[in-house]
Amino acid sequence: MTDDILSRVRTFIEENFLFRADASDLSDTDSLLESGVMDSTGVLEIVAFLESEFSVEMKDAEIVPENLDSISSITAYLERTLARAIAA
Amino acid sequence: MRVENFLRSSALRTPQKTALVAGRARLGYGDLDLMSDRLAAAFRTRGVARGDRVAVFMDNGWEAVVTIFAVLKAGAVFVPINPSTKPEKLAHLLGHCRAAAIMTQARRVGVAAAALADAPSVRLALVCGDCCVPEAADWLRFEQAILDTEDAPPESKSVGAGSDLAMLIYTSGTTGVPKGVMMTHRNVEAAATLVNAYLENRADDTILSALPISFSYGLYQVFMAFMVGATVVLENSFAFPQAILNRMKEEQVTGLPLVPTMAALILQMRDLKPGDFPHLRYITNAASPLPPTHIARLQELFPAARIFSMYGQTECKRATYLPPEQLALRPDSVGLAMPGTEAYVVDEAGQRVGPGIVGELVVSGPHVMQGYWENPEATGQALRPGALPGWNVLYTGDLFRADAEGFLYFVARKDDIIKTRGEKVSPKEVEDVLYALPGVEEAVVFGVPDPILGMAIKAVVACDPGAPLTSDEVIRHCARHLEDFMVPKIVEFRTGLPKSDNGKIVRRQIAELALGAQT
Repeated sequence: MTDDILSRVRTFIEENFLFRADASDLSDTDSLLESGVMDSTGVLEIVAFLESEFSVEMKDAEIVPENLDSISSITAYLERTLARAIAA
Repeated sequence: MRVENFLRSSALRTPQKTALVAGRARLGYGDLDLMSDRLAAAFRTRGVARGDRVAVFMDNGWEAVVTIFAVLKAGAVFVPINPSTKPEKLAHLLGHCRAAAIMTQARRVGVAAAALADAPSVRLALVCGDCCVPEAADWLRFEQAILDTEDAPPESKSVGAGSDLAMLIYTSGTTGVPKGVMMTHRNVEAAATLVNAYLENRADDTILSALPISFSYGLYQVFMAFMVGATVVLENSFAFPQAILNRMKEEQVTGLPLVPTMAALILQMRDLKPGDFPHLRYITNAASPLPPTHIARLQELFPAARIFSMYGQTECKRATYLPPEQLALRPDSVGLAMPGTEAYVVDEAGQRVGPGIVGELVVSGPHVMQGYWENPEATGQALRPGALPGWNVLYTGDLFRADAEGFLYFVARKDDIIKTRGEKVSPKEVEDVLYALPGVEEAVVFGVPDPILGMAIKAVVACDPGAPLTSDEVIRHCARHLEDFMVPKIVEFRTGLPKSDNGKIVRRQIAELALGAQT
């Protein structure tokens, strides 16, 4: 399940952002902000993608670098959120 | 007073007071004063002389602030450069001002090193942060320089006069070639004093700035705070508004300078409740007018804050501000000239016009630049003699009108400069980059309205039919050569671009057609 989430997130980032920053070798843990891949509108696009693709609803307090600033952070956030949804 | 003395005086008065918060770093006035003294000594011993230009190619951070003050203490001129600038343009800027030195950070070393290959004037390169790049092997380390006590002079003395240049800020122009705005220490002192006066900044203020220090709106947050001994919290990005708001609570921020894009992002938030920020006493807006609906919503969310709509340009730092009490009456005005300065509307002949008539805004006062670096033609167009000897009138290139009470309203740019995300973009500069992409035969760039960005950059391109390009390829190419805010958001392909009778592509016409098609 992790690999599936991670690869879907990576695909989205690669298809929508990488050509902008010319950052072709983005690792799972690289900061999306610092590498220039993501800016303010980028964050909005990622949130929109996560909400529609994974049916999560992100609260303001969750839209923070800890959850969104790298492919692995996003994956970890999704796993936690989806696990909570299943448990509930 | 020379600008470095803002720091020196505050350090004498309140050495323990927190001057700067950046990431996890908290630095007192005394710390900053000492570190910049040492770095200044390092500059001097390595041949940076009075009047030399030193490029500061860094993100917002405490190291950048130390560097700026060190350059000033060494009597040199700092040249802040947007950190997303790519090597060719960086090399051009370094060459244009014949920079003697450059300071950058580990993340940008690759770009800086590539630029230095074509910038022979640069004799000294410095870097801060963890850096193990071979090209930077003989660069001076910032961390080393600020710890080194050997070079430090026995007492801190200023090199230079108030009439010396303090900084050179490059700004985009219609020709596609950036122009270096020259500001003296006196200019900076005047502008900082004028703005501090109407914002009523004091030592007990804490200003949070996510604006880049490579442009004057962001840079002056530091100057204004240091002048009065206040605290500045520097952030690098507004990508996560929630993180900014969290910081505002932690630091009990009292002042928040914004551009419309940031305001739009705040207003997009879902869980923000009115009254969450009782410490915030003011919000400012500049770079483009804030839509009245946004002003109203901001006021609802931050009822304790006074909102200042302001207008200015790099060439004079700030020109006008609207007293907050006037917002309810005229929410789309940018106000009046700052007291002690003039800002008024003139016709083509340079004569003042009456209320309601659209003309060009001109500005005069101690805040107006000395001119553009080594560009007499552009200087002659922007600065013209005023009524008193030595008092220049700045032609802003912005169309304005005034109402019956003299309050000013921005109408439009005279030229095609695009304002996006609060930054100026020259369509020609972007077009020049597009033409450098093999396969592009014709290109035109203009702004289209965008709810977050204000204006988004659109490129319309005609390709060689034998070598068709994709949007991704065009955007990637632009990202390699332009600062991030200059990269087109939208690319449209056509088989040919409409031309005027004399065969020229008329940008404005195409832009208007595009807007017409949208509405």
